[in-house]
Amino acid sequence: MSPPEFVPLGGSERLPRARWLAPLSVVIGSLVTILPVIATFTFLPPFGLLMLLGWRMHRADAMKVWAPVPLGLLDDLVSGQPLGSAMLFWTLCFLAIDVLDTRLVWRDFWQDWAIAAGAIGFCLIAGRLVAAPLSAHVDTALLIQIVASAALFPLATRLCARLDSDVKRN
Amino acid sequence: MAPPRNRRPGFSRRAQYGLFLGYVGAIGGALVGAVLLLLSTFNPPAYAMVRGFFAELTTPVSTALAWVERGFAGIPGAVSEHFNVQGENERLRKEIETNRTLVDRARTLNQENRRLRQLLGLKRESADAVVAARLVSSTPTSTRRYAVLNAGSLQNVARGMPVREADGLIGRVIETSLNTSRVLLIVDSESSVPVRRTRDGLPALAKGRGDGKLDVHSASLTGVGFKSGDVFVTSGTGGLFPPNIPVAVIAKDARDTAEAVPAANPDALDFALVLKPFLDEPPPEHPAPGGEAPKAAPK
Repeated sequence: MSPPEFVPLGGSERLPRARWLAPLSVVIGSLVTILPVIATFTFLPPFGLLMLLGWRMHRADAMKVWAPVPLGLLDDLVSGQPLGSAMLFWTLCFLAIDVLDTRLVWRDFWQDWAIAAGAIGFCLIAGRLVAAPLSAHVDTALLIQIVASAALFPLATRLCARLDSDVKRN
Repeated sequence: MAPPRNRRPGFSRRAQYGLFLGYVGAIGGALVGAVLLLLSTFNPPAYAMVRGFFAELTTPVSTALAWVERGFAGIPGAVSEHFNVQGENERLRKEIETNRTLVDRARTLNQENRRLRQLLGLKRESADAVVAARLVSSTPTSTRRYAVLNAGSLQNVARGMPVREADGLIGRVIETSLNTSRVLLIVDSESSVPVRRTRDGLPALAKGRGDGKLDVHSASLTGVGFKSGDVFVTSGTGGLFPPNIPVAVIAKDARDTAEAVPAANPDALDFALVLKPFLDEPPPEHPAPGGEAPKAAPK
């Protein structure tokens, strides 16, 4: 434990590193698609969305409410979904979580997890509806993807907490 | 964590306006996203430029990672090869002997074929490769099946060109940038390839299902009956895919629509060949939404 940093009266505090690390980690999550694997079916969870929700649930002030707009745009550029889909759906999730924050004031982790699972399910199902025709046989893979992503959410929050640890240490 | 019941961040006007503008930005951004989404639904190639720019940045990374991956994946093979060289040599020698007669016969047939073609005055098909490149990344989180090829317009790759590997057809180019291009795989749910059965020339359409398999529909007759193990190759109908590239093998007996396994595995650690479109005429300027293959009626 290092002693708390001395901040003179009127001086500005050092910004927590979450302010730049949070968007960066979401971008890195989105860029998982540049791994050299040629997929013939959907098998990876959307890591960008997982990190975004992880940060939102772990630390609501890490990102501004408009942050999912540029982050979603970048995700659309590399994910293969039609451009604009993550921009729209991720932002809708953020706004919905903001509304929920005023309704469910005291929450524990299980409720956070349930909300995140709902957000993941919404984004993936909406993304499937706009990207692939209804007749496509992608629903089984999509269901597995949703379950896997929801199951990975606690890991994402742990990772966010680890990345955020500079605040706790001092 | 207990969020405050009151959303007002204090008495500072600046903080209040900041919060308000944040929400304005979020809702505005969501609307912009919705508009972009509508545009990209009705005109998929609209953002090819932006995507191409990004692909230019990410593809070198993917290419380097793929190179490393190939290096590691090759190690077990190289080790076993080292110990099997002797036996392999014997076997190959024997195989050459047995194949010699076959090769001779094939050569004669080839010559005869060429002579007959000349007699008929058939147009020479352009089945030449434009470039050999590698598929370096794809879209594993999406429900669409695209792959990124590390060759682009500087290497003479153009939109509409078919892409194959040694085992069969992989897909076709739908967007190009300077050094990269985007390939719509044949297993994508909006791809369809005109094919014919090798056994009797039955024309059919191989449509992607989106789960790594293909659906083969008979194009002319109903109730034709597909047998498991039937091999389908491109028919050349539509003038895009050169004929006789293996596409799919039927997995289960069926009557009208059969499930098939693609002949080529795009994830194989091998080169992909970009071919010229079969007939020399340019591909349609704007393929149908999602880049459907031309659905010309098979002969």
